[in-house]
Amino acid sequence: MELFTNQVLAGIATGAIYACMALAVVMIYQAIDHLNFAQGEMAMFSTFISWQLMQWGIPYWWAFLITLIISFAGGILIERLLFKPLAKAPVLTNVAGFIALYGIINSVAGLIWDFTIKQYPTPFGSSPFLGSQLISTHQAGMIGVTVLLLILLFLFFQYTRIGLAMRAAAALPESARLVGINTSWMIALGWGMASAIGAIAGILIAPVVFLEPNMMLGVLLYGFAAAVLGGLTSPLGAVVGGFLVGIFENLAGTYIPGVGNELKLPIALALIITVLVFKPAGLLGRPIVKRV
Amino acid sequence: MTAMLNIKDLRAYYGQVQALHGLSFALNEGSLTTLLGANGAGKTTTLRAICNMVRSTGAIEFEGKPLSGKSTENVVRLGIAHVPQGRGTFTTMTVEENLQLGAITRSDKKSIVADIERMYEHFPVLKERHTQQAGTLSGGEQQMLAVARALMLRPRLMLLDEPSFGLAPLIVRELFNILGKINREDKVTILVVEQNAQLALELADQAYVIETGRIVMSGNAKDIANNEDVRKSYLGY
Repeated sequence: MELFTNQVLAGIATGAIYACMALAVVMIYQAIDHLNFAQGEMAMFSTFISWQLMQWGIPYWWAFLITLIISFAGGILIERLLFKPLAKAPVLTNVAGFIALYGIINSVAGLIWDFTIKQYPTPFGSSPFLGSQLISTHQAGMIGVTVLLLILLFLFFQYTRIGLAMRAAAALPESARLVGINTSWMIALGWGMASAIGAIAGILIAPVVFLEPNMMLGVLLYGFAAAVLGGLTSPLGAVVGGFLVGIFENLAGTYIPGVGNELKLPIALALIITVLVFKPAGLLGRPIVKRV
Repeated sequence: MTAMLNIKDLRAYYGQVQALHGLSFALNEGSLTTLLGANGAGKTTTLRAICNMVRSTGAIEFEGKPLSGKSTENVVRLGIAHVPQGRGTFTTMTVEENLQLGAITRSDKKSIVADIERMYEHFPVLKERHTQQAGTLSGGEQQMLAVARALMLRPRLMLLDEPSFGLAPLIVRELFNILGKINREDKVTILVVEQNAQLALELADQAYVIETGRIVMSGNAKDIANNEDVRKSYLGY
């Protein structure tokens, strides 16, 4: 029983990170109808920025804050320079854009910081949380920061005018323009926020997976699985999906013989395929109906 | 009276297809004008061209300022509210959120709250349902919501695209009464596109008839309603 509880709690902790990545993916998907394959690389790059700031002697939380601001601005910049011009281009052109972005960010990170694996600090420490062996303080910190982030995002989208405008622009762009909303900037803002959310995910998971240019590949796959499971059209679904995928991953690794740590990643892929076959809209998503 | 909206030689295109062939007309400030015509005549396209939602050439001036080259949202910000065909309701949001979206370009918080209350007086059914998802409203209620949302902009000019579409006759009459009241009391200039010519001519003071992208008839709404030839050839009743 203790093993089970332990695995569920550990699953919730990593699930929090998947939830962040899934949320970032869903935010951009809702705005521009494309999956951002480079979301993980953007998060990785942000994590390197925060690491670099700490190397220069800036304290953890200041580095955290500065990184969020840089990531937010960077997300907007990427949208303005690369994806705004591609807005009316076919799907494959956009996919090529995302893959190019993936390759560029990955290589540039390797060029600047090289591909050796680096330790990344945690401000929470890694002792047992509240004296319990079930969960470490860093895992508890991951859950805490994510829950705080989710609450803030909820309040932002539910109770601020700009949050309302962003929701309107994502739901019905044409109607949004007809009430005077600058939908193009709402998309850019969505990119900025997704980029900052990804940065938080990267910074929180880095002490676990260690810092290197390919650190987010697996995490992003789980993020995709979470987004698909919850429904690509539902931010709440993405969050729920993230936690479920985290728990599922840990339990499968522990209890299904032969899966272990090595075969955890295919579980994410199997999950994506299973959901797409049996419930393409996901748990909380709306089925997409297109008139032809 | 001065012309509030002046349209000269408007041509609009969907890809290679030309939908408007040199349309010219003007709206007087404070007037209630209807644009009539059959399916596919170019009524919707005319409204969409005013808000720059379709590629067009020609001159459109609103209160002396040219609208060409302005994005849709910037046209709206000048005080032109557009209730599109199909109403454009944000169906997943609440009725109240829809009204707040109508006022999203305004920053005068207190008067926005007051305006929402005023809309609830105009349309009591919206007050009853203000926390409901807008998608759960009936067609008539959604049309009321669309008009209320447009009014939240405090527009100088309101464009309505077939507000009667799909509504029961009684509801249409109620809606048109409210439009008349808004026009008289709130001094909002209104341009309403309609297929229901009979009702629209009762409501309006000015009328234009459009056929295959050209204005073929214009004048006082009463005169057009009384002209049997026009009625038979263009309006079908």
